[in-house]
Amino acid sequence: MITIKNLNASIDGKEILRGINLEVKAGEVHAIMGPNGSGKSTLSSVLAGREDYEITQGEVTFNGKELLEMSAEDRAREGLFLAFQYPVEIPGVSNINFLKTAINEIRAYHGKEEMPAKDFLALVKEKQKLVELDGKLTGRSVNEGFSGGEKKRNEIFQMAMLEPKLAILDETDSGLDIDALRIVASGVNKLKTKENAYIVITHYQRLLEHIVPDFVHILYKGKIVKSGGKELALELEEKGYDEIKKQFELVD
Amino acid sequence: MIVEKTHTAQLLIEKISSSAGKVNFINDTALTKALFFLEEKGIPTNKHEDYKYCNVDAILKKEFKNISQQFSEVKTISEYKLEDTITIVVVNGNYSEELSDKIILKGLHISAFNNADSETKQMIASIANVESDSFIALNTAFSGNGFHLQVQKNTALQIPIHILYINSVSAESIINTRNIIELQEGADATIIEHQINLSNAKAFTNFVSEKFLATNAKLECYTIQDEKENGYAVVTNQVKVSKHANYNNTTITLSGQLVRNNHNVVLADSNCEAHLNGLFKTNGTQLVDNHTLMDHQMPHCESNELYKGIIDDKSTGVFNGKIYVRKDAQKTNAYQSSKNILLSDDATINTKPQLEIYADDVKCSHGTSTGKIEEEAMFYLHARGIGKESAKKLLLNAFAGEVIDKIKIESLKNLVEQKLNLI
Repeated sequence: MITIKNLNASIDGKEILRGINLEVKAGEVHAIMGPNGSGKSTLSSVLAGREDYEITQGEVTFNGKELLEMSAEDRAREGLFLAFQYPVEIPGVSNINFLKTAINEIRAYHGKEEMPAKDFLALVKEKQKLVELDGKLTGRSVNEGFSGGEKKRNEIFQMAMLEPKLAILDETDSGLDIDALRIVASGVNKLKTKENAYIVITHYQRLLEHIVPDFVHILYKGKIVKSGGKELALELEEKGYDEIKKQFELVD
Repeated sequence: MIVEKTHTAQLLIEKISSSAGKVNFINDTALTKALFFLEEKGIPTNKHEDYKYCNVDAILKKEFKNISQQFSEVKTISEYKLEDTITIVVVNGNYSEELSDKIILKGLHISAFNNADSETKQMIASIANVESDSFIALNTAFSGNGFHLQVQKNTALQIPIHILYINSVSAESIINTRNIIELQEGADATIIEHQINLSNAKAFTNFVSEKFLATNAKLECYTIQDEKENGYAVVTNQVKVSKHANYNNTTITLSGQLVRNNHNVVLADSNCEAHLNGLFKTNGTQLVDNHTLMDHQMPHCESNELYKGIIDDKSTGVFNGKIYVRKDAQKTNAYQSSKNILLSDDATINTKPQLEIYADDVKCSHGTSTGKIEEEAMFYLHARGIGKESAKKLLLNAFAGEVIDKIKIESLKNLVEQKLNLI
């Protein structure tokens, strides 16, 4: 699905990612954990195509294509999805219009015709249920006036609508109470197939109780310093990040 | 000094006089005052505080060197009609009975200025003070044969009135368009004032409308400005709002090399309301300047203003909103907001709120924001597969939507959306 080789990225001359290597195959769930400032959000931004970062080294192939050479919109059209840590409010653009435009631009990219309005609305209804999103919210402006939990559920709803191949969930658990967390996680689990993959970026282990990862990677100072199975997350929860910091401070 | 100051004005007077019709509907006092004021004050330059960013004198000197007052005939207007409206047509400043719909509606009366009765004559130039502005003076001195539209007492017009002001000139010309819109006590009407320029030479429109809203009257008014790249316009609306009356205007500027709007509203009695909205989109080297005045004279009145601009290329937008709260205007609520998007580094917006408050128990506020298209919003849309053009279109439509949604006539709303063509 995606192969990241020696990815280095900086912002305003400051190095944030310093040689990331990662391979994610279809059907897998990878968790990336790490302390604040380790580069978790930078990694998701760089993969999604945010232009603020400068890629200094490395390459990323996504289903055989050079990801870093594509515009953000083309990455999305190729099947990459980023669930934002801080979803953006866009007053005046309705959720429905936004999603319809997105779906049809993605379809156009693949040489498909626009989705008939009837099918689109049926799809909205079906996917709303998945994240228990109030029908009224889809009629409103994108994320405007949504609570923290509603914004995150809206991200998963959009993901359900766009059916990406690879979804990156950037701290989707932050700001969620336990009920909302369960709803979001169950939505993700229902969307999981053998053909798609997930990269779950999180600070805490609690989301991983609900979305069980196949692999856990620890990111520290812009590098993956340790990888393992789901038990690594538990270990981290128990010992905290200080242990990691101590262990890798010397190496650094 | 004086000679230089009045040079443009004198030239104008000279050029227009020879071809102007006889203005017999304006009383001699106003006419004399107008000419005198014009000669003395001249056409405003950027040294005039109200025309700081809109140097009409310089524009006239540069773009109208060969004024020759040559007008073309307009034979048909069918393509500009809006469905479910009554059409009234004014060509090059003159009311055209022939092109206007033949209407017999109870309580609606329309008459050309050159047939004006004494009542109408008394109203002309009664609230648009010839000594307050050179363009009012110029119009008063050389007014075309405008019309007086009267909605009589307690008449609620069910059909909107669509007034087409069509300009068509074949050589550099100046057109002085004028009207009176009168809503008598308890009258209720919707009016669309639609400026269209079909000229194949430069046309300068100097428009003056005097609008009277008597007690309990309600006027829903739309101003649609489509002046094209060879159109220059100064548009003055002088509005008097009486007790319990309600005035609404939404001005959409679609095109025009220069469009200057002077929207002056006098809230002349207690418990009345006025709402002004504006939207303009400029590119090239266009200049759109909205000057508003809300003159709160009496207590318990409310005014709202929302002006939005989308400014591209080397074009310029101006918003100057003056709110005047007089000593007697206690319990005034007055709000004003100006929001602008600059689409290029060379685009300019000058926005200035001007509050003068002489009463102590009032609520007044103003806000202004200017920025580029939000990058975060753009990235969010891109991250969902939406390309640059569509993302920009979505965001600009959302920005403009706040004003466009004020248009309650579906056919007009569609026309505006289609003409704005936000990409």
